[in-house]
Amino acid sequence: MRLFQYLSQWKSKANDGIQQSLLIAKFLCLLHVTSNYVFSPVMVYGPSMLPTLNLTGDVLLVEHLSPLFDKLGPGDVILVRSPDNPRKTVTKRIIGMEGDTVTFLADPSKSDRYISLKVPKGHVWIQGDNIYASKDSRQLGPIPCGLISGKVLYRVWPPECFGSL
Amino acid sequence: MGTVNFIWNLTKNYFTFGLIGLTISDRYASIVPVGGISMSPTFNPLDDSSMRSLTRDFVVVEKFCLEKYKFSLGDVVVFSSPTNHKEKNIKRITALSGDLVSTPPYDAVVIPEGHCWVEGDNQAWSLDSRSFGPIPLGLVRGRVTHVVWPPHRVGKVDRMTPKSLTPF
Repeated sequence: MRLFQYLSQWKSKANDGIQQSLLIAKFLCLLHVTSNYVFSPVMVYGPSMLPTLNLTGDVLLVEHLSPLFDKLGPGDVILVRSPDNPRKTVTKRIIGMEGDTVTFLADPSKSDRYISLKVPKGHVWIQGDNIYASKDSRQLGPIPCGLISGKVLYRVWPPECFGSL
Repeated sequence: MGTVNFIWNLTKNYFTFGLIGLTISDRYASIVPVGGISMSPTFNPLDDSSMRSLTRDFVVVEKFCLEKYKFSLGDVVVFSSPTNHKEKNIKRITALSGDLVSTPPYDAVVIPEGHCWVEGDNQAWSLDSRSFGPIPLGLVRGRVTHVVWPPHRVGKVDRMTPKSLTPF
């Protein structure tokens, strides 16, 4: 009889524990899906987008739905997985979509020679706003759309710069 | 009232199930069907168009490799096509960054940093790096480890380098 009591007690406790951990697991899954497919905050820094984004670091709100549904257009600030280092993510601006002809300064600090070319299918042409200190499509060539991970919506931090980009 | 409750519970269950499934398939592993014969004889060895939908192979794709992006020669990977990012392809990595590849259209390409060279095992029927050049590792979505369907072909996918295209 005693044993039976113990057992039922233990069972209810175990049940409680399972319920709790399931709830936490569900919450973590929800977190993962929101931050991967809907929106997430991202911290960016560096000189390549200088007039638009600060050198010292901004927190941006990035949404991940537009790249999934092909809703991107020229002028959007996007988050791209760097083609030469897949663990790094960079922020750049779309200059041309597939099929567009883009014209750019080949080496702005040395000469004013212009190059123009057509963006191939499934690729985008991205450039930093600070053309003197940005490694972008001018060196790496057009970027496959599969590398785009999100579109920047708002700047959240610093608070005095809050607003859409 | 009973039906409303029932429907509410059903949607809640579906939603939770979807969330958990999506998370697992994003972070850990997923099972995907292989279409086409570009990787034959490793996948879909039977080349018979009427039977193709029935004899399709299902493979396990693990996602742990996406944390470090470290790949070895001969790994079979899933990546989104560089010309259409909604399409996923399965090919074998035959050269990594720094290697030298010589193929007919290009003569001797050095693979740039952070890129890899992918080719199908069925050389005659494969659209791969020989036509679109090296691809960035950022496009890779997972590594194929096992075949799980059909039952008689269950087994591990070997890491191998085809002898005909050993990079020099």
